[in-house]
Amino acid sequence: MVTSIQILFILVAIITLGCALMVVTARNLVHSALWLVAALFGVAIVFAILEAGFLAVVQVVIYIGAIAVLIIFAIMLTRRIAQDSGPRFNENWGWAVVIALVLFAALGWMLASQPVAHAPLAPMDARADPLRSLGLALVSINGYVLPFELASVLLLAALIGSIVVAWEMK
Amino acid sequence: MLDPINLIAEWLRGLLAGWGLAPGLINFIMTLLGVLLIAIFVLVVDIFLVWVERKVVARFQDRLGPNRLGPFGLIQPFADVIKLLIKEDITPDGADRVVYNIAPILALATVLVLWAVIPFSPTMLGSDLNVGILFFVAAGAIGTLGILMAGWASNNKYALLGAFRTVAQVVSYEVPMVITLLVPVILARSMSIGDIVKGQSLWYIVLAPVAAFIFLTSAIAELGRAPFDLIEAESEIVAGFHIEYTGMKFGLFYAGELLHALTMGALFSSFFLGGWRGPGVDAFPLLGVFWLFVKAFFLYWVIMWVKYSLPRIRIDHMLNFNWKFLTPLALVAMMVTAVMDKVLAQASQIIYAAGMLAANIVIIWVTLYILRSYAHAERQRVAEPKPVATPELGKASRN
Repeated sequence: MVTSIQILFILVAIITLGCALMVVTARNLVHSALWLVAALFGVAIVFAILEAGFLAVVQVVIYIGAIAVLIIFAIMLTRRIAQDSGPRFNENWGWAVVIALVLFAALGWMLASQPVAHAPLAPMDARADPLRSLGLALVSINGYVLPFELASVLLLAALIGSIVVAWEMK
Repeated sequence: MLDPINLIAEWLRGLLAGWGLAPGLINFIMTLLGVLLIAIFVLVVDIFLVWVERKVVARFQDRLGPNRLGPFGLIQPFADVIKLLIKEDITPDGADRVVYNIAPILALATVLVLWAVIPFSPTMLGSDLNVGILFFVAAGAIGTLGILMAGWASNNKYALLGAFRTVAQVVSYEVPMVITLLVPVILARSMSIGDIVKGQSLWYIVLAPVAAFIFLTSAIAELGRAPFDLIEAESEIVAGFHIEYTGMKFGLFYAGELLHALTMGALFSSFFLGGWRGPGVDAFPLLGVFWLFVKAFFLYWVIMWVKYSLPRIRIDHMLNFNWKFLTPLALVAMMVTAVMDKVLAQASQIIYAAGMLAANIVIIWVTLYILRSYAHAERQRVAEPKPVATPELGKASRN
């Protein structure tokens, strides 16, 4: 018996994979970036199906709102974007498709042989607040406070680095 | 409690169950009806906004505004819509058809989805997401994508330049806006907008005036309205990213901008002015919708007041204002709010409110002091005489 969640997930997965395929096969580079946005949106929908609302929204904000916009800026600021600058595929594309399909079949078989793959989606405890748990885990000593602070220092270094790179040397 | 909308919803649900439909299908149909209802209501208000905009700008400019079509010019927006619909649908030569046509739809759609998380009344909320504020940020992020698509697909390098500047402005002003949005989250202990409105027994504008001011300024910059309307000024790159759009596609951009202004007004009133709170809401929840829209339209009027009173800001001044003033101020406001919240955690509500208000007044005073001393130093620097070629220098070299 196929539940409605399974139908929804299969639909979303097919759409996401289709968009991802269009990313690498689209003729126009800006179209390719827009297909990437659609594929990232599909991933956000998968997060939402898994009841990870925070991750779904953060996926949209960071991946689509920042990274995809950055990629589109980088594409639009290069010259001669409208011209096809060469063939899209090289002569080994057949082997690439075969290897991709074999990998997909192997991963799928490996995951399907786990018993947990056939369990229905367990409803989350209504009192559990994943957002609060995430917030507490990021600042607790027994949690992830050290990686959190290190990531903040890394971001600070990136910010300062970008200012230094863009500084006008007189 | 008299709650007609929920009564109708319950009756409809009972009717559909009586027809023998599965519960999942009933949920789906009810959600679809809810979405259609909110979207239609908001879009009808959007048409009314065109009339409000033109009448209010006329009054600010000491004239009457549209007064020929219908009483007080109320039929004017319908005439505008009909005009836009019967205009020729032009696609520029060499433009990317699909992207060109999707961009205005995306621009309007990202504004419409915001109305899903705005609480209309204690019992009416589209979707009580527990990350409502992040949803608002995400919708803004997708909006920038629509602008880039519009600018690029027009096959017009000035539209592309305008789109870059617009996206730079919007993305820059998102930073102080998101930081100040943390202040109502700290005060309400929840990211859900419904919880933020429920926690405002005392309006947050009293507890966090600095955050309210920063949010209003960043919202006006996000909208692209004056004084931040460099992107659509006629003396700049004519109309910016929507220069190649005519007819109803331009109508979608224009109506989307007005609707975005009203949506920002509704969000500001939900975060800082108590949303649907007002006298009489406990007995009649439907009054909540009325109070929300009174506050939203008041904020819309304030945004228009700012637009028609201030001159335009230059792009480098605008970015300096954001990165050198608003962002540090927003960070300071958020840190002070977090610290005061911990310090006053056990205090009564009046002490808490007084403490927060005092902290904000200290922030405002220190900021004004810093600005005054900076302006003083700047004036000194400009006023001192610059070295120029004078006869005295010639005499010195002869010795």
